[in-house]
Amino acid sequence: MQRLRVRYAKRGRLRFTSHRDISRAVERAVRRADIPVAYSAGFSPHPKISYAGAAPTGTASEAEYLEIGVTRPCDPHRLRADLDASLPPGLDVLDVVEARDSGLADRLEGSTWELRLPGVDPEVAAKAVEEFVAADRVEVERLTKKGLRRFDAREAVLSLTVQDGPGRAAGQEPDRPCVILRMVVRHATPAVRPDDVLTGLRLVAGLAPLSPPEVTRLAQGPLDATTGEPADPFDFDRVGGDR
Amino acid sequence: MSVESLFPRLEPLLPKVQKPIQYVGGELNSTVKDWDEASVRWALMYPDAYEIGLPNQGVQILYEILNELPDTMAERTYAVWPDLEALMRSEGVPQFTVDAHRPVRAFDVFGVSFSTELGYTNLLTALDLAGIPLDAVDRTDEDPIVLAGGHAAFNPEPIADFLDAAVLGDGEQIAIAISEVVREWKEEGSPGGRDELLMRLASTGGVYVPKFYDVEYHPDGRIMRVVPNRPGVPSRIFKHTVMDLDEWPYPKKPLVPLAETVHERFSVEIFRGCTRGCRFCQAGMITRPVRERSITTIGDMVENGIRESGFNEVGLLSLSSADHSEIGDVAKGLADRYEGTNTSLSLPSTRVDAFNIDLANEFSRNGRRSGLTFAPEGGSERMRKVINKMVTEEDLIRTVTTAYSQGWRQVKLYFMCGLPTEEDVDVLGIADLAKKVIQAGRGATGSKDVRCTVSIGGFVPKPHTPFQWAAQCDHETVDRRLRELRDSLRGDKEYGRAIGYRYHDGKPSIVEGLLSRGDRRVGRVIRAVWEDGGRFDGWTEHFSYERWMRAAEKALADGPVDVDWYTIREREEHEVLPWDHLDAGLDREWLWQDWQDAKSDVEVEDCRWTPCYDCGVCPTMGTEIQVGPTGKKLLPLTVI
Repeated sequence: MQRLRVRYAKRGRLRFTSHRDISRAVERAVRRADIPVAYSAGFSPHPKISYAGAAPTGTASEAEYLEIGVTRPCDPHRLRADLDASLPPGLDVLDVVEARDSGLADRLEGSTWELRLPGVDPEVAAKAVEEFVAADRVEVERLTKKGLRRFDAREAVLSLTVQDGPGRAAGQEPDRPCVILRMVVRHATPAVRPDDVLTGLRLVAGLAPLSPPEVTRLAQGPLDATTGEPADPFDFDRVGGDR
Repeated sequence: MSVESLFPRLEPLLPKVQKPIQYVGGELNSTVKDWDEASVRWALMYPDAYEIGLPNQGVQILYEILNELPDTMAERTYAVWPDLEALMRSEGVPQFTVDAHRPVRAFDVFGVSFSTELGYTNLLTALDLAGIPLDAVDRTDEDPIVLAGGHAAFNPEPIADFLDAAVLGDGEQIAIAISEVVREWKEEGSPGGRDELLMRLASTGGVYVPKFYDVEYHPDGRIMRVVPNRPGVPSRIFKHTVMDLDEWPYPKKPLVPLAETVHERFSVEIFRGCTRGCRFCQAGMITRPVRERSITTIGDMVENGIRESGFNEVGLLSLSSADHSEIGDVAKGLADRYEGTNTSLSLPSTRVDAFNIDLANEFSRNGRRSGLTFAPEGGSERMRKVINKMVTEEDLIRTVTTAYSQGWRQVKLYFMCGLPTEEDVDVLGIADLAKKVIQAGRGATGSKDVRCTVSIGGFVPKPHTPFQWAAQCDHETVDRRLRELRDSLRGDKEYGRAIGYRYHDGKPSIVEGLLSRGDRRVGRVIRAVWEDGGRFDGWTEHFSYERWMRAAEKALADGPVDVDWYTIREREEHEVLPWDHLDAGLDREWLWQDWQDAKSDVEVEDCRWTPCYDCGVCPTMGTEIQVGPTGKKLLPLTVI
């Protein structure tokens, strides 16, 4: 069975979709696009579509990944176009490759995140980032499905910087700048999410945005030892030439 | 005058609320038209949460039909949950449409579809959030015409103060006609303001404008009469009936939401109306006569709907789907077409006969045989005669035996409690019936692995039915009977564990009863409940019986009537009922006679296959029964 790996974006208002919303939308889009998706055997067959490292509800992303098993060989370029046309605008297919192994999830070692914080003074933000980075541990709490968990939000953060230049956040007047943070976070258990880092910034330096930040995942992939950034997880699948 | 999108103001609130995706719109097949290019603008509301409202067929159909008109646009809005309501109030964000996030108050018509009376408080929330005065008389030319439709609109009197207008019956043609009246009036420069527009609508006899009618009361609280209070307003308002459903094959472009909703499937209405004559069933009375869609139109709609939506389930809807004259061919044809495609078919099955199991077998070709549902409604033979549900115990046992022996493992049985003339023994009879069903199942399969679930709801007498005169059963009695039935089922060692039991307490039915048969004085109660925080009354976790009773006591204190008067009181033949001036085509004398027949256990046949018994609908409305067979078959789909 051929498996195709899809990188897609979750943009704009579609960032409010949950993981379950996306999986329903993808299943329907696949059916509308007549993609020959394979189904599991058994009493209630399910389409063979699997997801790796989905971004939380409310978070936008330029680097979400899924894998589709198909019953007859499909051209990745054509599948990219067909699926993209069939998905609602805001769920946009960016890249498709044929899978060469079963290790996609393992290859997603870290993420690059961008956080837009409305109503925050850039100097206050820079100071908070400095204190966070200087700390050895920053204990935060988050309510998970298993109850309140306490964990370190510092170690998984490989880099955290304040970007220069004006940005815009949802609900703000266009010319009113907001602070943009950029960070690379290693995937760990429990996962350290952007909001955990924000909690940490509040705890160590009292940084508190006026309204909810706009968070976007920019990249996801194997962590490159030299750059410290996630590389393209499809590089491995492309060995031997781009189809 | 263009309107700004409210989305930039709404967006920062969304991360703070539950399931924000329900407020962002962008559903597949949704339509956003240019505001300035439309001359008539409708905001359509289903007054419940998005997850309930989005799949509603009525709203989807009207949305599509109105948007197909070149000079008309329609957008949708739903009830916002209390978490977002609080934020909208504190941030000053008004009620918005999900399509282009435009403020509801900016539209010309605000059309609200009421499937149930329990959406009334949500109407008030939406009006208030929209900045539209709650009382119709306080509205100005800056406010939209607030228009109610749906089954509950057959007695809109309890919300008459909050409505500008109401329409009865099928919405397809009347929505277009209303759009036309609004367009002409606006083109002429809106002469005479909203009063003239309402007058133009009212004078057709097809739109009810409550404020053009005065209600006069007897000193004891009964209605003396309802009369037009200005010339040119007809004394009766008639319902609308679409003939030839094949000409209205909607939805053609079903809305596919991103958020999860209660019905994740494409639904095709295979016929409208029902003449089985179940006396408790308001839908069966007010939607007459039966009008079938032809087998070929059904096949085309299913094919198109699956392609447009990507849904993997198709539901064939109607009030009693197994009664379609060609349902056998429809079932077989569709099952053949979609065999092996992972598209499943479903039929809300309520008919108790073996034929129904053949259908269910066809429909389960692509899936497993899990559960079958039947609705005997009454627990005893006598009770079923009273409600005219012509099913004998023998029918039921024979049917479930066939079902179990053909591999179905679970049978669901629907009943009602609190029916007219009901006694304890009628409800306790349900336990015996359930035991016999399990007995039959074990006999047929030789296995103990068969189950039966008894689901029971409280009966509410509804307007335009033979039971409109009946006393509703008090909730103490209903609750006691439901408890005794539970004890009887659970206490049984031999069968108890094989029988599931689902029931709700009787109090919500009393509130539903108050709203169903209420008159204009009940509006004060609804308002008081809403002011006291009443929202989402169809949801157990939000509904408060005590709040309703408290509000009713206060709001009705200075008058001669109370909740009991509206609910558990039997009406006599000539009492003027609040909805008597609203005509569903049913002959009042026939309804009364049917009520008398009910009390003497006399049954009525279905007029589709026996002679007309003069319910009055066809001659009054100028309609006729439209049923097949057409003799056509569904051909296999050719793959291009």
